[in-house]
Amino acid sequence: MVFTPTVPTDKDLHATAARRSWLRKTVDVIAYPYRASSGVARGMLVAGTVMVGFMVVLAIFAPLLAPAGFNEVETAELGAFPKHAPPSSEHWFGTNVQRFDVLSRVIWGARTELQVVLLSLSLTVVTGVLLGLVAGYVGGWLDRLLVLVMDALFAFPYLLLAIVVAFLLADKLPQGLGGGIAVAAVAITVVYIPQYFRVVRNSTISAKQATYVEAARAIGAPPFVVVMRYLFSNVIQSVPVIATLNGADAILTLAGLGFLGYGLQPTEASEWGYDLQRAVDDATAGIWWTGLFPGLAIVWLVVGLTLVGEGLNETLNPTLRVRRLIPVQLTSVGTTAQEPAVAGRSSGRGGEDA
Amino acid sequence: MAGRSGSLREYLLVRLLLLVPNVFVLLTLVFVLLRVAPGDPISAALGGQLPASELARRRAEAGYDRPLLVQYVEYLGQVLSGDLGTTVTDSRAVTDILVVNGAATLTLTVAAVLVALLIGVPLGLLGARFRNTWLDVVIRLFGVLTYAAPVFFVGIVAIVVFTGMLGWLPASHQASPIMQYSVESRTHFFLIDALLAGNTRAFVDGLRHLVLPAMTLGLLVSGVLIRLIRVNVAQTLRDDYVEAALARGISGRRVVLSHAFRNALVPFVTVLGLQIALLLGGAILTETTFSWPGLGQQLVQYINARDYIAVQGIMTIFALVVAVMSLLIDVVNALIDPRVRY
Repeated sequence: MVFTPTVPTDKDLHATAARRSWLRKTVDVIAYPYRASSGVARGMLVAGTVMVGFMVVLAIFAPLLAPAGFNEVETAELGAFPKHAPPSSEHWFGTNVQRFDVLSRVIWGARTELQVVLLSLSLTVVTGVLLGLVAGYVGGWLDRLLVLVMDALFAFPYLLLAIVVAFLLADKLPQGLGGGIAVAAVAITVVYIPQYFRVVRNSTISAKQATYVEAARAIGAPPFVVVMRYLFSNVIQSVPVIATLNGADAILTLAGLGFLGYGLQPTEASEWGYDLQRAVDDATAGIWWTGLFPGLAIVWLVVGLTLVGEGLNETLNPTLRVRRLIPVQLTSVGTTAQEPAVAGRSSGRGGEDA
Repeated sequence: MAGRSGSLREYLLVRLLLLVPNVFVLLTLVFVLLRVAPGDPISAALGGQLPASELARRRAEAGYDRPLLVQYVEYLGQVLSGDLGTTVTDSRAVTDILVVNGAATLTLTVAAVLVALLIGVPLGLLGARFRNTWLDVVIRLFGVLTYAAPVFFVGIVAIVVFTGMLGWLPASHQASPIMQYSVESRTHFFLIDALLAGNTRAFVDGLRHLVLPAMTLGLLVSGVLIRLIRVNVAQTLRDDYVEAALARGISGRRVVLSHAFRNALVPFVTVLGLQIALLLGGAILTETTFSWPGLGQQLVQYINARDYIAVQGIMTIFALVVAVMSLLIDVVNALIDPRVRY
């Protein structure tokens, strides 16, 4: 009566094949949306990737690209920086009230921004997916409690939540734990966990009923195996889309935190939101360069991430693919058509719509 | 309508009862965040400024040395009786903050929603009506930009242009100091007070101060509106009854305005209700940008002063607003659409 689903095979042969295909698979997974997309969706994906890629390059090569450090007020070549200097050949984006070079702050800011968002997104995805899986699979009072808490978190104004968490952490967290970057990342994490939790929990509940899960349980797979092996890959399908769109939102939240003075300390990193806060006073005096460039950098990165997210959504989300709207042709305004409006019916050119 | 699964009255009653656990969870969240996590409010605000014995005395006086559970029950009781506590740093009743600064926030948000509707509804309808034309593309681009630009960045750009360069509009506070003192504060709504006093100059001054903050916050919300209306109206435009209306020879404009728009309202109202979080978050940032004396600006000040009782009080207000708003949205939806029932 013993039935084992695992077939003993030659381990070595299996391992090498698996390793090669693993790399191959990763590349395939990443390339898939680019291959599968078409029309506007592909345009958005490519444009978004280029925009985000540009920022990634800035972030990685910041020490080489930036003319000065993010908190330097003089360099060997340029001498001491003036205060509030307008854009010139020496300081392309001008200097700000603290005599920092705005261009350098923008470039170093890309690094901070991407660090925080990467860290917070990883934390969010891991925690949210895990909690969602557990709640959905275990059910019962644990599920109800988690749903209650997550709904409350979700209903709360997100910026408020982030502010309070960032503030509490800054007071409590021992120094040297990644400092402000970690604080900001965790504050943002708390805000976005509920979204993943909801999606993963709901799809876990519906996947739990599937025959293959029942079969796995029937052959004696322990809960951990069922969750990791059978449910996991089936419930994380929509995570990449949420993650990219959240990335865009997280940038805005981080900038908001920085603008209000929470999260990162101005001495430890350059942050666009903080720079904008310093630029408010300049604005009244008509000094535009201290605010314009960090602000445009935020817009650039958020638009890039949004484009990637929307592009992924239109390519990967099957319901959206089906729901492609057939363009409606209305009778033109003014011509109150007397004849039965056959023209009102759209000819079924659904293809080019996105 | 009736007779099916439940009547409108039943639905409203159940929804009203659901408000209780809803509020309860939100209040618990606030308490855990602000009383359990950071320690007692007296030491947080005044620690280091007073000798330890004095701190202990004050803590006992305010009851913060009792078990947290007792304090929690007391907090819930206080909120129920409408008492939100007194701030540690400047001994103000939180309800007073709500009345004075809440009025400023309400003025700003109402004006911003008006601006958002004025910009968002026409652009959204145009986008749906002229789908996939250059006009639609421009409108969508505008929508994306309003989402991607942080509200304080838009604010700074507005200040640079309209205050710094053109000098047309003031960039901070609710009114000029002179006007502020010349108008007696009765309702705490500056504009209404000015009207009550018959002070036209103060009223105009208040309006001028309102323009930039309201435009800034309104633009942020209008992006969401455009997107919502465009998608929903475009979807209803595909429905059979729209085709039927067109077949009867009704003009395209009337079909969009009176047929498609009304049926697109339900998802619209729902999602709009969810934007309360966006609006409140945006209000905090807008108020800080324009030194607007609202709840958000007060909140930031009290957080910096480590006044957890004040922060807890303001957070409680926000939590109640969120809960009540979601109730209102459901009620409005039930009134618009008879299918929305339990």
